[in-house]
Amino acid sequence: MSALQDSLHTFGPQAGHILDLWRLTLLICTAVFTLVLLGFLYAIWRAPKAGPHTPPDLGAFEHSEPTLQRNVIAAVIVSAALLLVLVGASVWTDRVLAQMSLRDALHVQVTAHQWWWEIQYDDAQPARVFTTANELHVPVGRPVVLTLKSDDVIHSFWVPNLAGKKDLIPGRTAQMQFRADKAGVYRGQCAEFCGYQHAWMAFLVVADEPSRYEAWAAGQRQAPPPPADPVAARGMRIFLGSTCVMCHNIAGTDASARKAPDLSHLGSRQTLAAGALPNNAEKLAAWIAEPQKIKPGVNMPAHAFAPDDLHALVVYLESLK
Amino acid sequence: MTRDPAWPDKPDIEPLRNTVPPSAEQILALERTWRDPPGWLGFISAINHKTIGVRFIVTAFGFFVAGGLLAALMRLQLARPESRLIGPDLYNQLFTMHGTTMMFLFAVPVMQAVSVYLVPLMVGARSIAFPRMNAYAFWVYLFGGLMLYVAFAMNIGPDAGWFAYVPLSGPDYSPGKRVDFWAQLITFTELSGLLEAVILITTVFKLRAPGMTLNRLPLFVWGMLVTAFMVLFAMPSVMLASSALIMDRLVGTHFYNPAEGGDALLWQHLFWFFGHPEVYLIFIPGLGFISAIIPTFSRRPIFGYSAMVLALIATAFLSFGLWVHHMFATNLPELGKSFFTAVSMMIAIPSAVQIFCWIATLWTGRLNLKTPLLFVLAFFVILVIGGLSGVMLASVPLDLQVHDTYFVVAHLHYVLIGGAVFPLIGAIYYWYPKITGRLMSERLGRWNFWLFFVGFNIAFFPMHLLGLMGMPRRVYTYPKEMGWGGLNLLSTVGAVMVAFSVLLFLVNAWRSRTHGALAGDNPWGAGTLEWGTSSPPPAGNFNAVPVVHGREPLWEAQPEPTHVSGLAADQREVLVTTVLEAHPDHRVVFPVPTPWPFVGAVATTVLFVGSIFTPWAVVWGMVPVAIALTAWFWPRRRETRAHLALERSP
Amino acid sequence: MKRLRLIGVLAWLLGSLAGCDRETRQFETPPHDASAAHATATSVLAPGPYPPAASTPASAASAAPPQQRVDHPYEDNAYAVSQGKRLFRWYNCSGCHGNGGGNMGPPLMDDKWIYGSAPQQIVDTILHGRPNGMPAFAGRIPEDQVWQIAAYVRSMSGQLRFDVEPSRSDSLSPGEPEQRRSPEHPKAVAEH
Repeated sequence: MSALQDSLHTFGPQAGHILDLWRLTLLICTAVFTLVLLGFLYAIWRAPKAGPHTPPDLGAFEHSEPTLQRNVIAAVIVSAALLLVLVGASVWTDRVLAQMSLRDALHVQVTAHQWWWEIQYDDAQPARVFTTANELHVPVGRPVVLTLKSDDVIHSFWVPNLAGKKDLIPGRTAQMQFRADKAGVYRGQCAEFCGYQHAWMAFLVVADEPSRYEAWAAGQRQAPPPPADPVAARGMRIFLGSTCVMCHNIAGTDASARKAPDLSHLGSRQTLAAGALPNNAEKLAAWIAEPQKIKPGVNMPAHAFAPDDLHALVVYLESLK
Repeated sequence: MTRDPAWPDKPDIEPLRNTVPPSAEQILALERTWRDPPGWLGFISAINHKTIGVRFIVTAFGFFVAGGLLAALMRLQLARPESRLIGPDLYNQLFTMHGTTMMFLFAVPVMQAVSVYLVPLMVGARSIAFPRMNAYAFWVYLFGGLMLYVAFAMNIGPDAGWFAYVPLSGPDYSPGKRVDFWAQLITFTELSGLLEAVILITTVFKLRAPGMTLNRLPLFVWGMLVTAFMVLFAMPSVMLASSALIMDRLVGTHFYNPAEGGDALLWQHLFWFFGHPEVYLIFIPGLGFISAIIPTFSRRPIFGYSAMVLALIATAFLSFGLWVHHMFATNLPELGKSFFTAVSMMIAIPSAVQIFCWIATLWTGRLNLKTPLLFVLAFFVILVIGGLSGVMLASVPLDLQVHDTYFVVAHLHYVLIGGAVFPLIGAIYYWYPKITGRLMSERLGRWNFWLFFVGFNIAFFPMHLLGLMGMPRRVYTYPKEMGWGGLNLLSTVGAVMVAFSVLLFLVNAWRSRTHGALAGDNPWGAGTLEWGTSSPPPAGNFNAVPVVHGREPLWEAQPEPTHVSGLAADQREVLVTTVLEAHPDHRVVFPVPTPWPFVGAVATTVLFVGSIFTPWAVVWGMVPVAIALTAWFWPRRRETRAHLALERSP
Repeated sequence: MKRLRLIGVLAWLLGSLAGCDRETRQFETPPHDASAAHATATSVLAPGPYPPAASTPASAASAAPPQQRVDHPYEDNAYAVSQGKRLFRWYNCSGCHGNGGGNMGPPLMDDKWIYGSAPQQIVDTILHGRPNGMPAFAGRIPEDQVWQIAAYVRSMSGQLRFDVEPSRSDSLSPGEPEQRRSPEHPKAVAEH
């Protein structure tokens, strides 16, 4: 089975520690369940059968049952001891998770919206700050500190391969940290019911080798160049002349609204619509034309472009790498 | 000595032999005094706790079936990835209605319903306390549930989850009246629940048969007593939360608006402070059922009675200290969360005590493996799995991976269905002969059981795996490439099996009314008081109120005095006893049937539903409620004269 | 017993047939006709960097008149009004109209309507702009959304039914929520 979005296949220390705790807990719980089940089944099997007419045994009213008492007390003490072990292991894991080194951490602000993720890479120099959407690139081996906010309702940021989840609550700023120790693409998904398209509010965490990450970040910081291809240029004019500019932002153009995902480097992303669609021309065209058929309830309106116009628009958007 | 057809070779002990048996005229007079009036007016005036109890149980099971059908639709949608059977709007309404129905309209009310029927019989009382208020509480519950389903039929069904987190359920993100109907349903069910809790506590404390000290109380009654106290402390929290939500939505207060000083987490704290004890409100009565059934079918009293009582009380107390484990993913302080980890694990200890005591009872008993016991035995498999997955969820780091995934869905269904529904079905099989006078079919019962047990595990065990594999909750569909389709399909197959098993149960219950074997007083050979009267019981429960000398009064030879004599048969005279030792204290005459509780419930419904639309409904709606309550309590001259006559000369 | 059940079923059916227009969530609405040319704007102002005209000669020639919608599709629909509220916020109408209290633009909460308060009139105002400062949003805001915004604007002066109007926003309080404002009864104004 694939390791996609699977908490049992971990690629970072946070998820790894949790998986260790899981294994210990599963072991203890399975052992307890087996013992209780066996004891219970044995009790059923060995007991003599009776009917409603069988006279009840009232011996318990007359004398105490010391063996039974001893056994029950022993079982309770063993259970309590095992629970104590689990409490200890849990608190210990908590501590380890909180003590992950944050030296040379990457700082990213994630703002959740209904139903997409706004991702802003912080930097000490304001000019190096850039924004993207639905795809979080991180360098392998470097800790990432996420500042989590929400623009509307409660969402939850969860990428099981790498870490546990954290809720993004309006009015509160949460923080979580993780580290990806292996390069790869890890899928995450919103894990707090947030409305109609909660099911399709996914994101990707792309862990790259540091050099590849830096190259990617440098590309993201730059505004995309004006399109050379005439079809793409026509697409840009259509973009700027249509409803898109009311919500979307493309760096280097006059489109600078921040209510919808940043499209400056849409062509470089692997998915569209918060992980709902693979990023290719056909799907992008379908998304622009009829988003409600793909994600009913989403805030993007439908558009009836002429086929040529839609094609040009798609070529332009895909050219934004 | 009468021959009991279900117990032909009954041993010589006649535990409830009455040395001063009532005469035939007295028995007839008792029946006339305590029964409900006939006809349409009688239908709405009925206050006999057995009448209300049966209505209550049937209504609760009606909601159970409705909630189950909603779940079946959800499972059909989730059977295949990217299915277009049900869109997000309807799906959100389905899971909200399913959760709301099961938690607010089935799980707690059915337990209260069964105890409304059984507790007076088990404690040897002629009536439940506050019988008119009992009727009112039932009507309020029924009307609230109907309101919700009418709203659902009109596309105003709530769609923000049974837990309705703000800000999603707030005025900005849930337009229209959907969430308002949900919030008002809370008001209905919590009013009903709180009233029932008061009624149960009063019944258990003050209306017990003489000699039934607290130490001799059946464990089921202990369970319901503890549950009722929990209700008193837990339900006001959710009433507060939902009232604040209604006010935010209707009049523009800012309880949950962070921009104006409110807090979205306030909702979570208030809701879960109720929500966690709520699941114990469902679980503890289940424990009570098990403690009632196991002794009867193991032919011995329960082992460790005192430990069991203390375990119930400990569970109740601890359950109020767990609520933050529903909020582990929020940004509350981490060290604080660890305390809740500790308490959440600790609460397993009293439950473990109970489980080990039951196993000890089974180990040293002689087993009558009939359907009621089968359902109870399933508890030991299913609830233990659920409890252990709960121990997993209690740990903060583990919870951060599986919170809000199908792992939690698996856990909650294992504990609620294993811990409450299985024992409940067993309890219905157990007490059905007492309620109707006929036994349910044993053959159908076995089919019912095995289909339910196997189907349940097929439906819900895969969900543990799905949660670990990353499938979140409350999603109307999921991508093909995640590889979750197979397990989801398997789960749907199991759900269909569960649906068939419920159908079998209903068929069994329906057919046995006319085709079931005649039961007699005590078909199971049980030891508690309700089995010492006829099946179904007479209108006044007992022809003569028994005096209790032990924990299993029907199993032990009872010394004198064996019964109470001297209570009037032509008035609803009830003996009130002291709280601890159940010494006779004084006599009270209980009220007669009246339609005013029904009218009051209608007026309350109008008030509540109106206040969804305008706050003025609270003001104007109070008038009919006040009128109904006044008429309800207004003393009738004739009745007062008769009561006073009784006082002067019994 | 049988009669009770019959009544219950009938009530259920009636309820479901009556439905509730207020609560319908209509996700698939007529798509924005991005190829059509639009009627002449009344205002020289328009949002966005390029004028919202058709971009190719071909589509300009085949332009059809914009959809005329004289019915009021959203007057009874709470979801649409709430979407209108969101769009009012997103498209920064408050930049001139100040949450309905007015600033550079006239207040929308009162009963003085320069160009009329009927839904179609408000839609025209938004689409085509008005002299003295109201930009023309045709081609920028999809027409369906304009109807939603118009419905919300009417709620600000209490002209929607009380159960359809939205309540407060999750924001700093800009005053009374729409459903608690007193209804206005503006005089009918002729179309300009």
